[in-house]
Amino acid sequence: MTAYLLKRLAIALATLVLASMVVFAVLEILPGDPARLMLGMNASADQVELLRNQMGLNAPLAWRYLHWVGGLLSLDFGRSYTYSVPVIDLVRERLAVSLPLALIALALSTIIAIPVGLFSASRRGRAGDTISMGAAQLGVAVPNFWFALMLIYVFAVWLRLVPAGGFPGWSAGIWPALKSLLLPAVALALPQAAILARVTRSALIEVLNEDYIRTARAKGLPYRAVLWRHALRNAMIPVLTILGLQFAFLLAGTIIIENVFYLPGLGRLVFQAITQRDLIVVESVVMLLVAAVIAVNLLVDLSYAVVDPRLRSRQ
Amino acid sequence: MTLHIDIPEETFGSILAKAFRNTAFVAGFVITLLILAMAVVSYGWTPYDVTKLVIADKTQAPSLAHWFGTDHFGRDILSMVMVGARNSIAVALVAVGIGMGVGVPLGAFAAARGGLVDEALMRLNDLVFAFPALLSAIMITAIFGPGAVNAIIAIGIFNIPVFARVARAGALAIWPREFILAARAAGKSSTQISIEHVLPNIATLLLVQGTIQFALGILAEAGLSYLGLGAQPPMPSWGRMLFEAQTHMVVAPWMAIFPGMAIVVTVLGLNLLGDGIADILDPKSRRQR
Repeated sequence: MTAYLLKRLAIALATLVLASMVVFAVLEILPGDPARLMLGMNASADQVELLRNQMGLNAPLAWRYLHWVGGLLSLDFGRSYTYSVPVIDLVRERLAVSLPLALIALALSTIIAIPVGLFSASRRGRAGDTISMGAAQLGVAVPNFWFALMLIYVFAVWLRLVPAGGFPGWSAGIWPALKSLLLPAVALALPQAAILARVTRSALIEVLNEDYIRTARAKGLPYRAVLWRHALRNAMIPVLTILGLQFAFLLAGTIIIENVFYLPGLGRLVFQAITQRDLIVVESVVMLLVAAVIAVNLLVDLSYAVVDPRLRSRQ
Repeated sequence: MTLHIDIPEETFGSILAKAFRNTAFVAGFVITLLILAMAVVSYGWTPYDVTKLVIADKTQAPSLAHWFGTDHFGRDILSMVMVGARNSIAVALVAVGIGMGVGVPLGAFAAARGGLVDEALMRLNDLVFAFPALLSAIMITAIFGPGAVNAIIAIGIFNIPVFARVARAGALAIWPREFILAARAAGKSSTQISIEHVLPNIATLLLVQGTIQFALGILAEAGLSYLGLGAQPPMPSWGRMLFEAQTHMVVAPWMAIFPGMAIVVTVLGLNLLGDGIADILDPKSRRQR
């Protein structure tokens, strides 16, 4: 068990280091000089050179990489070229929108998908299963930003229940803030729920064919108890794997959804930073997202051991 | 004494008969064919010229003259959806081609070699998987400039590890089989065995994954062109049509409804096709579905 954990941890760390090199290298070869971009086209070559020196852009490559990684580790991400504020402040501000959004979406998707998967699996081949899996099949095919547009049309334009976009900030109160995150969260969650429901169902059906399920039924346990306590728990590994992948997807998926709803989140920040060549912001946010993906996948790997006791005893 | 087991032979005819009894396959096949036909027809004929702006006809509701209505420039939405299909299909298809062309040899090679080579290639896979695909696709298209070709590359890169993983897993299951041992005994090299014996046996898996990635590619392309990073005007694309629809949503909701439906129907058709193929060619998967 310890060996398994250590191996996973080592792989995660190695991936993180390699990823940081890739991010740094990609942004290094990127066309466009940030100093020139900041000063505008009329700046003289001397002025540009001076600013490049100030920004540390003329230092050797390896030194700049180490300096950057050191900054990331001490949460000093540098200053944004376009906003002229520390990147960490920007990230903190934007994360206050994106993280709740992703978490609400993830919760919604789980709350919808697990019961649907259970329902479908326990009624395999019957009308209820066919209908819910048909709906899931449709849900997988819906692009979330189109679904978002349809939600805006129905709930914001037509029924006027929620704002069509924008974010009042948490200082405006919990409810107004939550209200403007509601449609984006639903738009993000539903296609994900469709995938998760399908995975839950097929994992459950696999498990329901096992002998220990027949044993549990044979000793007189009610079907419901067997389904929830024995089948669901054993079907958790594929479900958790998909959940981990979905969290990563949701964090990045917010880029488009935040653009649809004009939410000042991390996704919009990184999108704008990319188009404005605000490299420090891009590399910091991308690294943060990559670290989050790696951390979540590691957590998922570790949670296998919690869910499946057999993994704990194995070497 | 010899043990004799009758295995019903799978002929092309029997597979075809099974295919036509499979609802998912038939539905997916018909939808996919219709979308492809629509894209092909658009080369020769569309109800209206998609490059001609007729301001007098702007934001008209669906009617007999304009089945899907018109946009804010008076262009016919049905015609734009038809032409947009070309772009979506081309981008997604070539991206699948890139993924398969690079990923499958890598995965097969990793499975054939094993050991350090395998470990290194799979860790490289993990590395690509650590980058949220959409975010990286946005970075690639934003850095190298928006356009259909860069969208293809951006989506294609993220298909590579997917196919590498599927090919490797499939190949690992084939390598311990007796007929591989026989081929080895006959003196064939591992490259020969991979091409002649392993690949044909994992073709089904690859075909199913191919339809899934095709569908995902359509969705990804739509997302990129919604952000303005896909095919550029005047070439219509479903994603950008949705972007333009957003500002005219109150007066012309059909501008958003029909391009979106085109995406949903295409992706649905491809997913059904993939499910159908998996069902027909792999009876084991039916038990789980």
